[in-house]
Amino acid sequence: MNLNDLITQTSEWLKGTGAHSDIVISSRIRLARNLIGATFNSRASEEKRNEIISLLRPVIKSTDSLRNSLWIDIDKLSRLDLQFLIERHLISHELAGGEGARAAIISEMETISLMINEEDHLRLQTIQSGLALMDAWRIVNKVEGELADRIGFAFSQEFGYLTACPTNVGTGMRASVMLHLPSLVITRQIEKISQAVAKIGFVVRGFYGEGTEPIGDYFQISNQVTLGQSEEEIISNIEQIIHQIIGHEENARQFLLTRRKKQIEDRVFRAYGTLAYARRIDSNEAIKLLSTLRLGIELDFIKNLDHHILNELLIAIQPAHLQKLNGKALTAVERDIKRAELIRKKIKK
Amino acid sequence: MKCEVCGKNTATVHYTEIINEELREMHLCEWCAQQKEALGKPHFFTAEFLSGLFDASQVFTEKQTEKCAQCGFGHSNFQKLGRLGCSECYQTFKEQITPLLKRVHGSSQHVGNVPSAHKGIINVRKDLSRLRQELKTAISEEKFEEAARLRDKIKEIEKNITATEKSDNESQ
Ligand SMILES: [Zn+2]
Ligand SMILES: [Zn+2]
Repeated sequence: MNLNDLITQTSEWLKGTGAHSDIVISSRIRLARNLIGATFNSRASEEKRNEIISLLRPVIKSTDSLRNSLWIDIDKLSRLDLQFLIERHLISHELAGGEGARAAIISEMETISLMINEEDHLRLQTIQSGLALMDAWRIVNKVEGELADRIGFAFSQEFGYLTACPTNVGTGMRASVMLHLPSLVITRQIEKISQAVAKIGFVVRGFYGEGTEPIGDYFQISNQVTLGQSEEEIISNIEQIIHQIIGHEENARQFLLTRRKKQIEDRVFRAYGTLAYARRIDSNEAIKLLSTLRLGIELDFIKNLDHHILNELLIAIQPAHLQKLNGKALTAVERDIKRAELIRKKIKK
Repeated sequence: MKCEVCGKNTATVHYTEIINEELREMHLCEWCAQQKEALGKPHFFTAEFLSGLFDASQVFTEKQTEKCAQCGFGHSNFQKLGRLGCSECYQTFKEQITPLLKRVHGSSQHVGNVPSAHKGIINVRKDLSRLRQELKTAISEEKFEEAARLRDKIKEIEKNITATEKSDNESQ
């Protein structure tokens, strides 16, 4: 497998399967770890950074769970490829924009990815389709265990896993769930719910996590607390919140169906019409319309489309993906044209 | 003109955006503009944001000139970066970090997963508290022979723990 093969496959987590996949796009668990005795990356010299990589490389390459995975030297990548990996949720903005020796490791089906020399020496994550945090935890915990047996991570009895930023110390775990909540947005309940969620220590973010604004009714909810609660506690707390939010979204969908049926149906088919016939479309408009179309599928107005096609499109219409698909650099205008073409092809059968 | 986001590349994309109900001219490089186009805002997650969250000035006051022996990290570094320099910093600045962790996490004691190399010591601790309980009972029931035996055992375990922790710290 090499990096260009990724464009021909769909990430496993976009398949639209798993529990509550009508509302929950994906579940992600990320762990932060550092090597014992080594300076954190913000203070590490280039020599030290290279040491971290040469230490981790043989261990990772011979780890059972990561067999056949793809090793990528991030510092040797073009901007287009970096952007491509960000769009696929395989690496972070911080890793892409960082300096010095960095690497990413991507498992065969893109379910597991590792980042070396991001904020911490090692970040491990898995993304699963639907609501599946416990499964995700088991997967990532297994990989972490295999690595820990052979290299050992910085840990203290008192503070747990030691991380560069004190916001991650303890479990070093961030659990996030990506939700599609169009009905809560239409019925103007989302503000209230976001605030309530924030009040009890969870963070609400946009599709691309930290520093991004929610767009197209996609929201990412994750834990803020990493210390003083076990991994299972954190997961069960966030799952409880997610179940409540799912309940609210379901109620709102029911309300729309019974009280605002023609209004919503009209909105859905207008979105469908635009997506099916537009000749130029920017990514903001496309994401918003695709979100409305997805709602139309879930409410059964649209019957010949599956939501996994829309999940895939969400990533495929991003700028770097369009350029990789077309095998060349495209200007913004060219991208808008190619984006419209791709959407037409995918949703018109 | 330099890009407003990265400050490195030449700005080639110019447009206006409404931020907090005000019109603002934006000048970005092609790279940052693409990231912005890719769903929402680019990565504005800065160190100032984190230091702000922690109010690092309260954590490390001007008087504290203490530096981490392993990485040389001190007060100004944390303010600037919002990050610590190495794992040893947690020990060096323990007094300052503990209240801060309580504020952010509501706790300063880890209760989650433990690496297998550390599991031994945690079980020993559990044994220890059980033995102490037994010792109390033995004394209250005036079983002094038993109490003496328990006391010796506790002493021995405590000695072992100190020794392991010492070597732990040295190896870190
Ligand atoms: Zn820039
Ligand atoms: Zn240090």
